[in-house]
This record gives sequence, C-alpha cells and structure tokens, in this order.
Amino acid sequence: MNKLMTTTDVVAQLRDGMTIGFGGWGPRRKPMAIVREILRSDVKDLTVVAYGGPDVGMLCAAGKVKKLIFGFATLDAIPLEPWYRKVRESGALELLELDEGMWQWGLRAAGMRVPFLPTRCGLATDVTKLNPELKTIQSPYADGEVLLAMPALKLDVALVHVNVADQLGNTLIQGGDPYFDHLVARAADACYVSAERVEERLALTPDQARFNTFERYLVKGVVHAPCGAHPTTCAPEYGWDMAHFKRYVASAADDGGWQAYMDEFVTPGEAAYQDKNGGIERMGKLPLPVF
Amino acid sequence: MSNNTEFTLAELMIVATSEAWRGDGEVLASGIGVIPRLGASLAKLTYAPELLMTDSECFLVEEPIPLGPRGDYVPKYSGYMSFERVFECVWGGRRHAMIGPTQIDRFGQTNLSVVGDYRKPKAAILGVRGLPGNSINHINSFFVPNHSKRVFVEGEVDMVSGVGFNPARWEPGMRQDFMDIRRIVTDLCVLDFEGPDHAIRVRSLHPGVSFDEVQEKTGFPLLKAPELGETPHPTAAQLEIIRRLDPHDLRGAQVKGNPPGIRAAA
Repeated sequence: MNKLMTTTDVVAQLRDGMTIGFGGWGPRRKPMAIVREILRSDVKDLTVVAYGGPDVGMLCAAGKVKKLIFGFATLDAIPLEPWYRKVRESGALELLELDEGMWQWGLRAAGMRVPFLPTRCGLATDVTKLNPELKTIQSPYADGEVLLAMPALKLDVALVHVNVADQLGNTLIQGGDPYFDHLVARAADACYVSAERVEERLALTPDQARFNTFERYLVKGVVHAPCGAHPTTCAPEYGWDMAHFKRYVASAADDGGWQAYMDEFVTPGEAAYQDKNGGIERMGKLPLPVF
Repeated sequence: MSNNTEFTLAELMIVATSEAWRGDGEVLASGIGVIPRLGASLAKLTYAPELLMTDSECFLVEEPIPLGPRGDYVPKYSGYMSFERVFECVWGGRRHAMIGPTQIDRFGQTNLSVVGDYRKPKAAILGVRGLPGNSINHINSFFVPNHSKRVFVEGEVDMVSGVGFNPARWEPGMRQDFMDIRRIVTDLCVLDFEGPDHAIRVRSLHPGVSFDEVQEKTGFPLLKAPELGETPHPTAAQLEIIRRLDPHDLRGAQVKGNPPGIRAAA
C-alpha cells in the first residue's frame, strides 16, 4: 500500500461544484501547497468549508468559490482577510455563516453519519434567521427545550496539512493545537493530506503516537509538501510569513493585484514559489508568533 | 483618592475590565485583545486567583503571561485548552469572555460579521466567530475603545451575531437563562444591563466624562445607575502589575493618542 501522490494528482480528483473542507484555523496549518495547485487548475464553483484564513481568501480571489460555509476569515495578526473581504463585499458569495462551534458540530454529525446534532448555538441570532434551512427541534424529554438541529456538513473532499505522514496514510499533527482536522477528515468521502515529511512507515514511541488524531483509513492520498502550509504557520516548525502576508494583503488594493500575485507566486509552480520566498531554508525557520 | 497618581486611559480601562470577572469563581477568563487580556490577568493576580487562563494559544497557565516578546520569561503550563476543549468549556458554561464587537445594541446583541446589508455589505468584518455560542452559553462582557454611535447603534445591530435581551428574537422553549451579559467597558464609561428588564445603564463615568457626553455618543437612550460615580482609578499596586504584564507598552497603542486617564479640562 502506497498512497503517495502529488498536489497535481490531488487536484485531478476534484470536480466542479464539489464541497471541500479545509483543515487548520485562520492563518494556521492550512494546506496551502494544495490550495495553490487548485488556484492553478480549472476547478470552479466550489463550496468551501473552513475556519477561514488565506485559503478562503485566495480561493475567493481566484473566483473558485460559489458558496462559503464558515465562521470567520482572518489572518489574525492582520485581522481582516483582504480577499475574503473584497469578494464578500461584492455580493458574489453564497453563504452559510455559522458559529464556530456549530461548524465543528456539523462536521461531527457528518462523521458520525447522523443527520444533525442538537445545540443551543445559533438560536436567537441572524445565523438562523438568514439561513432558514437551519431548523429547530424540540427535546423529546420532559424538559421540552427547543434546540437548533445542526445539520451534518458532509464533504466530498477534505484537505489537511500535517507535520508527518507515512505512505500508508498515518499522520501526526505535532503543533500544540490539532484544531479540527480529525473532524474535517471524518466528514469527507475522501481526505488528502499534505505533509512536511513523509516516511515509508511510521515506527513511533507512545509519546509520539499520541499526535495521531485520525485513522489512515480516512486518508486517500499523501503528498510530500515541505513548507506546504506557508504562508500560514506549521507549529512547532515554522511561523507565519508576515512579509508574504503583507504582499498578499497589498494585492487586494491594486487593480490587477490578484493576477500579479498569481503571476509572481502561484503560476510558476511550487519550486518557484519557494525560491520567491527565500527557499525552504528561510520558510522553514520563520519564527512562531508569540502572543 | 488622589488625583495626582499618573495613569493613562488604557490603564484605567484595564482596571475597569478586570472588575468584570469579580465573583465569577473558577471559570475560564478569556480577555480577547490587549486591554481585556491585561484586565483578566490583573484580576487573576489580585482578587481572583481562582480564574483559569490560557497562554492565548492552547495551554492553561496559573501565572498570566506578559504580552509580546518574552525575553527570558518561560511560561509555566498547568494544563491544556485546545480549541476543541474551549468549545466543551463554552457549551458547559464555565467561561467569561470579553471581546470587542463591531456593533452593540440596546439589547446587548452584538455584531462581528458585516456592516450594512448582509448580502452586499458596506464592510465585511470577521464573521460571527464564536459569538452565537458564547452569548447563549456563558457570561460575556464587551470592550469598546471608541465609544460612538457607530458602535452603539440605533435599533438592532446590522447582523445579530451574539444574542441579547431582545424578546422578539426568542421563541418559546428556548433557554435564555444561560445568557449573562455583565459589563461593557468603553473609553468613556462602564455600562451594565442591571436596569429594569435588563435595560442598559451607565454604571460609572471615566474621570472628566459627563453622562450627557456618553448619551450623545450612544444611539439609544441610557439609564443612570443610582450609584453612578467615577470609574475607580488604578492603584499604585495595580499599575505596577499592569506594567509588569505589558513590558512593551502594547496598551499604549490601544487608544488613539494614548491619552491620560484624567482628562485635561476642556
């Protein structure tokens, strides 16, 4: 068994109109090498499901997003995600804007193959008013409480970036917070991971093995992508690239800014991308942010 | 209290935010942003050591971490609080968060999503983030560094992200009793919702600020708390702690011009 593939192979699995979930959180551990490959492709009309960072922004900038299922989009240190903001303000996006908790709850429901999970989150807000497809349900027990029935968020494809993987699809997420990548993987028909390092077969100590957050049977393909989360963080290895973020943010202020960004960083391919950003020697040593 | 103690408006607000957590017991204190985080840290280091706090990432700490580059300081972790654990904490109600919404209305409803029409907004902000879940599950307070009618809007906020005391939004059978909106600390005053039927009131005014000025800069009518007085000045001990927690003076950049805590006479 060998699930090794390239970003091109992964993107070849994508179809117009698919619902795609992205791991990570804001500007943290996003599968950006795969995102860049999507940007190079003809795939379109995607429903993007994410705790949004530059993955969401760049896919919006490139006109790939038909619908966004999200709780936020941000670069954190730069609070407003520039391209999300620009495209959102143009009125071009269909939206299912969810409480952060509802988002992971919907993925959890999908992974457990139940149609919904109850929660109070979203009640009495515009989240439910704007999205009449979100229904309430009354508790069948004596309390009779009215709750939101968060529908399962089923994904066609999940894309996740991890620290380490092997050719069988075993993965390790070694940063302090694994975010919700396990739920993204479970909610999808097919999950593809990119990894900083790929080994033939992991042979771990118990302490190391605890960083495995989902099973390899969920993983359809493994891509070796060093610095594949750049310009987002990949703790504990490297931090976000503020200089690159600033360049990216500036692209939203200029006419033709996105095309210029594409021409400079995306179109020439991943090797050129690394060169443009100082090579993996620089990218892999970017300091982690201190809060 | 002596008016000679020198302190900035930011420091006054840090002390005012720290008061929000008084009496909460063992809950996770989440102060989001420089001033709320310093307020929570100050509370934990003075009257509320029982509060839980994180390193603003995913580890719990018993000693609040100074802001910004740490020099020789090494955080001492006491536990773990990944985002997944935060949701478990939120839904269990053991948290008091203080965030800075883009808009707040007279019901305490908050907006962090968009300004203007939802479909084609004048400004897209962050998205609703955790506001729907936070607001319906645990205690919340708010921080507003620019008290104005743009923040404290007439009518309802443009996109109700966090719930509030607006009867029209609640249907029979929904539990409202976990909702608990405590304080709003602004650059002018401290507000609460302790008026009749949770009406919003001015609880204290910052030095040199009049009720009329606050009312003038608010998009809805305000009540005066019967005990309305001046927001307490930071003590020397509080200022010492604040300066230790914020060695790079990030707090100074949080209010335009970093004005003194006691306004110069107009």
